[in-house]
Amino acid sequence: MDAILLQTLNGLDKGSAYAMIALGLTLIFGTLGVVNFAHGALFMIGAFCAVTMQRLFSISFETLDPTQTDFLGNPLKVKTPYVESWFGPEMGASIIDWSVPLAIVFSIPIMLFVGYAMERGLIKHFYKRPHADQILVTFGLAIVMQELIKHYYGANPIPTSAPDAFKGSFDFGTMLGFDPNVIIYPYWRLVYFAFSAIVIGAVFAFLRFTTFGMVVRAGMADRETVGLLGINIDKRFTIMFGIAAAVAGLAGVMYAPINSPNYHMGMDFLVLSFVVVVVGGMGSLPGAVLAGFMLGILESFASMNWIKDIIPGIDQIIIYLVAILILLTRPRGLMGRKGVMED
Amino acid sequence: MSNSNFTRRGLLKTSAVAGAGVALPTIFTASSAAAYTNEPTGGTVTLGFNVPQTGPYADEGADELRAYQLAVEHLNGEGDGGMLNTFSSKALQGNGILGKKVEYVTGDTQTKSDAARASAKSMIEKDGAVMITGGSSSGVAIAVQGLCQEAGVIFMAGLTHSNDTTGKDKKANGFRHFFNAYMSGAALAPVLAARYGSDRKAYHLTADYTWGWTQEASIKAATEALGWETVNAVKTPLSATDFSSYITPVLQTDADVLVLNHYGGNMVNSLTNAVQFGLREKQVNGRNFEIVVPLFSRLMARGAGENIKGILGSTNWHWSLTDAGSAAFVKSFGTKYGFPPSQAAHTVYCQTLLYADACERAGTHNPCGVGEALEGFEFDGLGNGKTIYRADDHQCFKDVLVVKGKDNPTSEFDLLEVVEITPAEQVTYDPNHPMFAGGNLGQCNAG
Repeated sequence: MDAILLQTLNGLDKGSAYAMIALGLTLIFGTLGVVNFAHGALFMIGAFCAVTMQRLFSISFETLDPTQTDFLGNPLKVKTPYVESWFGPEMGASIIDWSVPLAIVFSIPIMLFVGYAMERGLIKHFYKRPHADQILVTFGLAIVMQELIKHYYGANPIPTSAPDAFKGSFDFGTMLGFDPNVIIYPYWRLVYFAFSAIVIGAVFAFLRFTTFGMVVRAGMADRETVGLLGINIDKRFTIMFGIAAAVAGLAGVMYAPINSPNYHMGMDFLVLSFVVVVVGGMGSLPGAVLAGFMLGILESFASMNWIKDIIPGIDQIIIYLVAILILLTRPRGLMGRKGVMED
Repeated sequence: MSNSNFTRRGLLKTSAVAGAGVALPTIFTASSAAAYTNEPTGGTVTLGFNVPQTGPYADEGADELRAYQLAVEHLNGEGDGGMLNTFSSKALQGNGILGKKVEYVTGDTQTKSDAARASAKSMIEKDGAVMITGGSSSGVAIAVQGLCQEAGVIFMAGLTHSNDTTGKDKKANGFRHFFNAYMSGAALAPVLAARYGSDRKAYHLTADYTWGWTQEASIKAATEALGWETVNAVKTPLSATDFSSYITPVLQTDADVLVLNHYGGNMVNSLTNAVQFGLREKQVNGRNFEIVVPLFSRLMARGAGENIKGILGSTNWHWSLTDAGSAAFVKSFGTKYGFPPSQAAHTVYCQTLLYADACERAGTHNPCGVGEALEGFEFDGLGNGKTIYRADDHQCFKDVLVVKGKDNPTSEFDLLEVVEITPAEQVTYDPNHPMFAGGNLGQCNAG
């Protein structure tokens, strides 16, 4: 029982990331009809926004300390962050400590701009081209983005800490009557789950309760008719592309303390996120979210040792097996609608 | 009526066969003019540096490349000479190798065996490289070593730690300066037993490829011999990035030590996840839960950040060593690049010098002559104390460093501290040791 609870919790954070990426993918596919293979790269860029924020806050000036020497025997250059000299050591250290949450503010305009630039600069030229062309061009774009990140940030993972207040882990076991130290879950992963719930909720609320959202939903259902009503649906869809990019970016920013960002992290999530979209049902936003959490938790269960002892390697293929099963029994996915991607 | 068999299809077939014959790589056929593959005939000799310039080990590859370039400078008599000044052998004069100026070509292994073999093949066939060196992965090193054996050139392995490189996959044309998984286990286990006790229960997470397998087998054997029990050993895919689902089952066992047989990005992520799940604060039977990383590098320590503090592991070399060779290398490298070298940089620099020195002593670039000069060669002054290139398996035997993540680093480079220098005798094993069995050096191949 304790193992099941632990693995359920454990699947939540990965499921949160899958759900947020898949939500963006579905938004783009549902509005623009584009299969965006660069979406994983947007998640990665979000994580590097957090890295950049941490680095910006850590920009330092050097003073020579003649009492200490560096590795070459020269007087040691002691680095002091500018924020510490401007705001005082304690306030400056707190700003650096909270750089990941602060990066949320910094990343939203950047990701909106990146999404807008991607759509206007490249992807709009491929709307009427076959999906294979869209996949090729967006996949190529993803490779360009990750190579750029690698060039400027290096190939190794970059540690990006959560604020001290969220370090450590919460002992669910003692709360539920189990032995201590058996069901432990890191605070930051709980924060990530809560954050993803807020972001997903905000996107749904935006689409459900605003006029803009209503027009977008109408456009997703029948683009031509909305266009005939004199509404510039293309402009709104471009904005939705930016919003989808921002959602992926926010997922990346907050994921940075969970796993140190590296240039390849977007690709690691991309393929699985596409499976999530297909399992959830092409074009279905609730389906993407549901499938994201479901597959994240299933993946976590499949990595339990006793399951792997029965079926070795099951943790690597469980998502694909479940995808096959669901598509055999429900060809449109869990919540797919008739007519989407069927013409 | 024409009775000719000449058809379009027949012509194409004949052309294809002829083309294939012409294109057959000359490195795999006996050369008639040269005495050996890529015998240098002009005033220069070309070395092939095959390192990961892209992929997950690109940072390590970049550091290796810096060290190679420094070694070439020193061999050609430029710069301050680095470890040429401290090397016990005085055959090298700073005038290239056997009087020929050293030039080099580079290749990108991408940390993939097929890409590494392709780039090595290209350097041998097209660029005339007489020696190939490099690698930041045992899978790559073993693949390229096999190719060099077939091609008839020397392979001076870079960062490769699997027992198999000089064990079941050893080759007469291949030589390894870097230490191996067995040595890590033999050096680390006594320190672990002394610090953590001899009745510990260990849980292993292991990268699922040749290096991980031999690392796990080595550290398991060494710790079990000192009384530890292995609770479980779980293989993790090399491509894994989130290890939380592998870490959480540890909480369900009575294990009190987690051994991470991971390297590079794998290790950074698995250690980060282990710390996130509170393993460093965990108490089992009144004792602190401990994490061990058998193979450390400074570049990895940098990636792991503060999570590395206090964690024990082993390393081939560290820039903080104060012997004359290490000091000369750190000064030379640090002055040129502005930061201290990694263990990967150190081992490839040594390999380049050792190859050049062997050529000088043998009086030839012929791989068989060079191999003979390296076999059984004893040397000092290259940062690891007295070292021998054992003839039986072409493995260097030298002291091994047991290191710990530094609690209070004074700079961004000051991440590891040496807690013990394990003497070479303690990590030396019989050439027929079961962990290294099954291979055969075979005969040297000069092409």
